[in-house]
Amino acid sequence: MNTRLRHLFLASLLRRRLATALSLVAIALGVALGLAVQLIHGAALDEFGRGVRLLAGEADLQVVGAREGFDESLYPLLAMRPEVAAASPVLEIEARLPGRDDSLRILGLDLFRVMQVQPGLMPRVVATAGRDVDDTGGDGRLAALQPSNLFLSADARALLEQPLRVGGRQQAAEGNGRAEGELQPPAIQDGWLLAQSGLRSLRLRVAGEVPGASGLVGVMDIAGVQQHFERLGQLSRIDLKLADGIAVDTAMRALAPLLPAGVALRVPEAAASEAGTLSRAYRVNLTMLAAIALLTGGFLVFSTQLLAVARRRREFALLRALGLERRALMHGLLAEGALVGLVGGLLGVVLGHALAGGAFRLVGGDLGAGFFRGLAPSLQVDPVLSLAYLLLGVAAGVLGTWVPAHEAARVAPARALRAGEAERTGLPQAKVDGRLAGGLLGLAALACLLPPQGGIPVGGYAAVALVLAAAVLALPALARAVLPLLEHGRSVLWRLAHARLSATPAQAVVAGAGVIASVALAVSMAIMVSSFRVSVDEWLGQVLPADLYVRASSSAASGYLDPSALATIAAVEGVAAVDTTRLVNLRLSDTEPLFSLLARPVNAVGQGEWGLPLVAGSLVAPAGATLPATWVSEAAADRHRLVPGSVFELPIGGHMQGFVVAGIWRDYARQHGAALIDSRDYVALTGDTRINDVAIRVAAGVDPHSVSETLRQRFGPEHITVALPGEIRALSLEIFDRTFLITYLMEAVAILIGLFGIATTFAALATTRQGEFGMLRHLGLTRGEIGRLIALEGALTAGLGVLAGLLAGGAIAWVLIEIINRQSFHWSMDLAVPWLALGVFATSLVVLAGGVARLAGRHAMQRSAVQAVKADW
Amino acid sequence: MLQLSGLIKTLPGAPPRVLFDALELQVAGGECVAIVGESGVGKSTLLNCIAGLEPFDGGEIRVAGTELARLDDDGLARLRRRHFGFVFQAFHILPHLSLAQNVALPLWLLQQPEAEADRRAREMLGRVGLGRRADDSPHLLSGGELQRVAIARALVHQPAVVLADEPTGNLDPGRAMEVLDLLLEQLRARSAAGILVTHSRAAAARADRVMELVDGRLHAVRHGS
Repeated sequence: MNTRLRHLFLASLLRRRLATALSLVAIALGVALGLAVQLIHGAALDEFGRGVRLLAGEADLQVVGAREGFDESLYPLLAMRPEVAAASPVLEIEARLPGRDDSLRILGLDLFRVMQVQPGLMPRVVATAGRDVDDTGGDGRLAALQPSNLFLSADARALLEQPLRVGGRQQAAEGNGRAEGELQPPAIQDGWLLAQSGLRSLRLRVAGEVPGASGLVGVMDIAGVQQHFERLGQLSRIDLKLADGIAVDTAMRALAPLLPAGVALRVPEAAASEAGTLSRAYRVNLTMLAAIALLTGGFLVFSTQLLAVARRRREFALLRALGLERRALMHGLLAEGALVGLVGGLLGVVLGHALAGGAFRLVGGDLGAGFFRGLAPSLQVDPVLSLAYLLLGVAAGVLGTWVPAHEAARVAPARALRAGEAERTGLPQAKVDGRLAGGLLGLAALACLLPPQGGIPVGGYAAVALVLAAAVLALPALARAVLPLLEHGRSVLWRLAHARLSATPAQAVVAGAGVIASVALAVSMAIMVSSFRVSVDEWLGQVLPADLYVRASSSAASGYLDPSALATIAAVEGVAAVDTTRLVNLRLSDTEPLFSLLARPVNAVGQGEWGLPLVAGSLVAPAGATLPATWVSEAAADRHRLVPGSVFELPIGGHMQGFVVAGIWRDYARQHGAALIDSRDYVALTGDTRINDVAIRVAAGVDPHSVSETLRQRFGPEHITVALPGEIRALSLEIFDRTFLITYLMEAVAILIGLFGIATTFAALATTRQGEFGMLRHLGLTRGEIGRLIALEGALTAGLGVLAGLLAGGAIAWVLIEIINRQSFHWSMDLAVPWLALGVFATSLVVLAGGVARLAGRHAMQRSAVQAVKADW
Repeated sequence: MLQLSGLIKTLPGAPPRVLFDALELQVAGGECVAIVGESGVGKSTLLNCIAGLEPFDGGEIRVAGTELARLDDDGLARLRRRHFGFVFQAFHILPHLSLAQNVALPLWLLQQPEAEADRRAREMLGRVGLGRRADDSPHLLSGGELQRVAIARALVHQPAVVLADEPTGNLDPGRAMEVLDLLLEQLRARSAAGILVTHSRAAAARADRVMELVDGRLHAVRHGS
């Protein structure tokens, strides 16, 4: 095709500026959302990985265990091996800062070994304000070895030297005596930092810095950490630098057999990979949502191009009559679609980067899900990713134009050039076969049976796409089924609008396709989120049956309660009963994220009184079993293929211990699996008597607030957190809502694109029907009546699209709940359909669509009726 | 039925162009007047002024006793609804309505009950020879057949005036005369005043009177039989 002809095609995009602009925006939004999700997570993972690499230094391998650590006797065993050139032991503590919500990650290091393996973590003594550099508790040259000396990264120092505003429900609930919004003094005062171990405050001297560290990190001598935080004989990690000529694989084969149960050997990069695994399901889900937004944009391109083809029927007929081949005509139209996709894609790439930059500031690097808390990633341009999304935009434009291009190529030139042909040919009809819709639904059902691939529910996502496609293809059949039920309107406008849709149900596909996709997305997410929220709320009610909950810190941090603290609690006036939970994390393999182990007293009356929401099995340990019992979460059961009666081995106390699965319970708190065992079994295996959480039942007639106040006074409000179940519930739901904030945003974008589709379709429809409207004006319809006619048609079309979208959305919601969520996060949930909200949404959308259609068709009402009936083109 | 007195219309320009210069016309019920003239002289504009679709600058137009100048845009639309029928060169039959529904459209606009409107539409289709095809879709019809439907639609509600602008322009000569004869027959049968704008002398000869628009005024050419 020569340049002039090419210009003919591409120039038509400029002639229909509104439709082209809306298509561009729709594709741009779809590309932007998907790209932003990838950029944000990619940057967060990169930042996380960078931190991991910094901390690993020159280590070739790392020996890692459970969060609570492993016996340090493993260290000399490994250090003496010929494969190992240098070994650096590390004890990592998440130090709670009394009275504050944040914590400080303290690395206890052997400062002689760290020079060989992680030189970037070498501390440096510096003077603090008002102090002499030698005032570091000893000889300045050996300051790093002083057990109470702490060295901070620049980020940590900057944060801890600033006063902190008590913000939000959580901090106020910490019970530190300060109200929400009040200013707390800095954590570092006069060169000292208070940390907490158990229920005690420790004074650590801020003696200097760690220039090579990033993030909120501090470094101390390992012996000091073991001593202060009561972790004598424990290590978290051993970083190994291999001897010259020793390959990593060789070393792993030689050293792995030396490791006790629950301790693994891995390359340092595996830590970043683990973080990626943790966030992958969430990231993939968001990406799929963005893909649906892009798909909706593709539907919009389809609608506008099909209608443009109808308007330009005579133009194409003339070109064909003059000698243009069918293929050239098709290519010309596909080029139009590709150009729309390209420009929309470019806009989307720019917008995606802008969105990512904004998201970093507003919701952080984890998009609100909490995987990368504390990281401050920066926006980086990824050319390859940007190109990939740009090509996706082009693909959306081309695919959306494919059917219209075929339609155009089929036009018979001689017929199309005859006068009156428009009446004979009628309006554009996307030829759809309803049986195809049935076939696609069948395929969707089969796709749901597929297992996840690499933890990704590929079958579920395919089912979603198939259901959407089926809904679009079934729209004409739906119109034929529904429209006769609406036949009895008396007004002439209703009859005209109804007759148009009834005569050409396939036209509904043109206008309704975008609405279906966006409504289905919104409805399915609304049902899924509603079901999830209701299930979480009910679950919280089950797992929080007590009147008060006490903890010294989160399970990962250094605060804990011991038997004496427990006795003190039990003795408080008004306390009727206490229940305890010890929460530790186990390492089952070198590739999987940490597994949670809960130890609680399994009393004679069963777990039901203490909040274990069973979905299978029994609350009572199986009679006659030789192994102790465990109750595993749904995630653990799915990942490890466990059913009641299975034997599940766990690395506890340095040995593998078998448990028989007595039941499976629903757990929304731990995505990678959890197991609950009797605390007596746990203590017998580990000797660990520490407690993380205490649940208190108060005596009848006693106000829980008074017990709470007594406990704060006994232990100091800065050392413990006391919360009522209602407060925990409210905070949990707040976190839940924040996690889905991005989802809500994407739904809104998809709805907007759907409305764009209505607007552009009816603008184009009104243009193609100017002759019809002119004739109706001649017959005596007023301009206002023409407007109401267009609004009615818009509402009817949108109504069909909304109905199809509701049905498709319901089906997709089932797929989301039973397949995608189950395979991604291993959560089950009970269906809870927000009927009222869906009804309001559907009605509002239909009304809005009518208004949008009327606005878009306003041009048709403005044009002179005289001009409109002239046979021109 | 239709009376034009001293009609004046001027088109803007330098100098302004006088299209109608105190134009006079009276058409009685059952009479058909053909208007001929050179291209661009204002024949179609005259029809549009009569239908209230284009404004005029002076004089008076009365349709069934109602003066157009007193009516606003919606009022003119309602007047057209009741007193006018139209036959267009490009037919303008709605493809998504059946033939019966297309013909019934003016009756719908007049709030006629649907059953009554359907009965009258089918009867009218019978009069134009398409009674058996009342439920057919327009895309099955030839050009001549579509114009018959248009004629049926123009007359089903017994308008005072029927305006036909080049009704045979898209038809072959044989079909054209057939359609024209049908239009005239129905006009007379329903006592509607008809104005036919045409380039065809043969078509014009079929009318009761032929007027030529020259220099802004209508001049009789001959009386048709």
